[in-house]
Amino acid sequence: MSRAGGSARVQVEGVHKSFDLDGRSTPALLDVSLEIHAGELLCLLGPSGCGKSTLLNIVAGFLPPTRGRVLVGGAPVTGPGPERGVVFQEYVLFPWLTVAQNVEFGPRLMGKPAAGCREITARYLEMVGLTAHASKFPAQLSGGMKQRVAIARALANDPAIVLMDEPFGALDAQTREVMQEELSRIQRVEHKTIVFVTHSIREAVYLADRVVVMTSAPGRIKEIFTIKLPEPRDRFAPEFTQYEREITRLVKEEVMKVHE
Amino acid sequence: MSTVADLVQWGLRGASPRSGRALALRLGAVLAFLALWSLASGLVVLLKLFNPIFLAGPWLVLGKLLQLGLNGELWGHVAATLGRVAVGVTTGALLALALGLLAGQLRPVRNLVEPIVEVLRPIPPLAMLPLFIVWVGIGETSKIAFITYATFFPVFLTTVHAVQRVDPLLLRAARSLGARRGRLFLRVVLPAALPEILTGIRLGVALGFFVIVISEFIGAEQGLGYLINDGRNFFLVPQMLGAAIVLGLLGYAGNALVMLLGRRWLRWERPSAS
Ligand SMILES: Nc1ncnc2c1ncn2[C@@H]1O[C@H](COP(=O)(O)OP(=O)(O)OP(=O)(O)O)[C@@H](O)[C@H]1O
Ligand SMILES: [Mg+2]
Repeated sequence: MSRAGGSARVQVEGVHKSFDLDGRSTPALLDVSLEIHAGELLCLLGPSGCGKSTLLNIVAGFLPPTRGRVLVGGAPVTGPGPERGVVFQEYVLFPWLTVAQNVEFGPRLMGKPAAGCREITARYLEMVGLTAHASKFPAQLSGGMKQRVAIARALANDPAIVLMDEPFGALDAQTREVMQEELSRIQRVEHKTIVFVTHSIREAVYLADRVVVMTSAPGRIKEIFTIKLPEPRDRFAPEFTQYEREITRLVKEEVMKVHE
Repeated sequence: MSTVADLVQWGLRGASPRSGRALALRLGAVLAFLALWSLASGLVVLLKLFNPIFLAGPWLVLGKLLQLGLNGELWGHVAATLGRVAVGVTTGALLALALGLLAGQLRPVRNLVEPIVEVLRPIPPLAMLPLFIVWVGIGETSKIAFITYATFFPVFLTTVHAVQRVDPLLLRAARSLGARRGRLFLRVVLPAALPEILTGIRLGVALGFFVIVISEFIGAEQGLGYLINDGRNFFLVPQMLGAAIVLGLLGYAGNALVMLLGRRWLRWERPSAS
C-alpha cells in the first residue's frame, strides 16, 4: 500500500453486507462494485438507511463485508489502517489532547521526530485556520472548529484515502458552506482520494468529481454522475443547478420507494 | 493546631475551585455546626439532662486535641493510622488497577476474575476482619492486608467498567490513525478511562479510612482507632470525639489529595477553569 502521501485507487468488488436483525439476516448492501480513481473526490448520496455508512465502514476496515472485497492501492482491506483516514460525523477528537496534540497523534505514532511533527501540525492547523487555537482542548471548540481539527488530524497523517461520513451534517447552513469551500480548496492542494457521504445534493455537486446515487435499502448503485464543472464552483451557475435538478429527481425516486 | 487548620484550608481548596461566596458559605456551615454543638452540650449541663461527660462540647474536644497535640501523643497515632492507610490503599489500588486493566481489555481474564469478585464484593469488608486476624495474625500485616482487601473492590470494579466503556468511536479513530494494541491501550484506553478510575481510587481511599478504625480497635497500641477504643474504655468522650474528628479531616484531605493529583491529568475535562 502506497503510504508516502499521494493518493490511491479504491476498488469495491461485488460487496454484499447483511446484518442479523432478530436472528434474521437482513441485507444492507447488494452487490456494490465501484472503482474510485486516485485523487478523486467521490460523493455517496442516497436515502437514509440505504447503506452509505455501511459501505464507508467496510472501506475503512471497521466492518467485514459478507461477500466481496475491497482493494486499496491493489491490496485487500483486512482492518483499519493509517493509509485510510476517517472523519466521523460525530466530531471524534481525543478530548484529553489539545488541538495541536490531536493533529500530531498520527505523525507521532509513526515515530516521526518531534521537529517534523511540529512542522506538519503547524501546516495543517494553518490550512484549516486554527493556528490561534492550537493549545485549546476540544471542549473549548465549536462544532465547526472540532470538525476542522478532525480533518486536519486525518490529513496530517498523510493518508492516501480520506473517508468522510457526513462530516458537515450537524453544522448550520453557513458554517457548512464555509467548510465545503475549505475542503474543496484543501483538495486542490492535497489531491487525496476522498469518499464523502452526504445527504445534501448541493454539497455533492459542489464538492464531487463524481456523485454515486444509491438505491433505497438494500443499497445498490443506481447511477453515477460525473460533475464537469470548473473549480472553484459557482453554486449559482445554471450548469450547477442543472446537475442539482437531475440528481434530485433520481434521489426522489428512491426516497419515494421508502415511503411506499 | 495550625496543621489541622491547614488541612481544612487545603481540603476546602482541594475539593474544587470555589468562588469566595461558596467558600464563605461552607465555612459558615462549619461554624454553625460548632455553634449548635456548643448549644446542645451547654443545654445538657444547664438543664441537667444527663451526665455531661457523654456529650462533651466542642471546646472541650478541641482542648483535648490541643493537649494531645502539644504533648506529642496525637502525632504518633495520626502517623500510625496514615501509614497503614497509605500502604494499604496504595497496594490495594495498584493490584486492582493491574488486574482491572487486564480484565477490562481481555475477555478471558474478565471471565476468570469477575465471578470471584462478584461473590466477594457483597460481603461487607468488616465481616472479613476476624478472618484476616486468624490468617495473618493481629499485627501490622493483617491491618494493612485488610485495608488492601477493602480498597481492591471499588478500584477494580470502576477500572473494569471504565475500560469497557471507552467510546468505540475513539478506538476507531485511533486505529485508522495507525494505533494498534499496546499504543492503542496507552494512548487511548488509559486516558479515556482515567476519570472514572480516579473516582474509584477516591472511593478506595474513603473505604480505607472507614475500615482502618475498626481494625485498630483490635490489637493495636497506636492509631486513631486505638485512641477511640481507649477513650471508650475510660469514658473519655472528648478523646473519642477528637480522634473521630481528626479521622474525618484526614479522610477529607486524602480525597482532596487524590483530586489534586487527578486535576493535573484531567485538566481537559474543564479546561476553562485552568
Ligand atoms: N451494526 C448494525 N447492526 C444491524 N443493522 C445495521 C447495523 N448498521 C447498519 N445497519 C442497518 O443497515 C442499513 C444501512 O445502514 P447505514 O447506517 O449504512 O445507512 P446510511 O445510508 O448511512 O443511513 P443514514 O443516511 O441515515 O446515515 C440500515 O437498515 C441499518 O438499520
Ligand atoms: Mg450513515
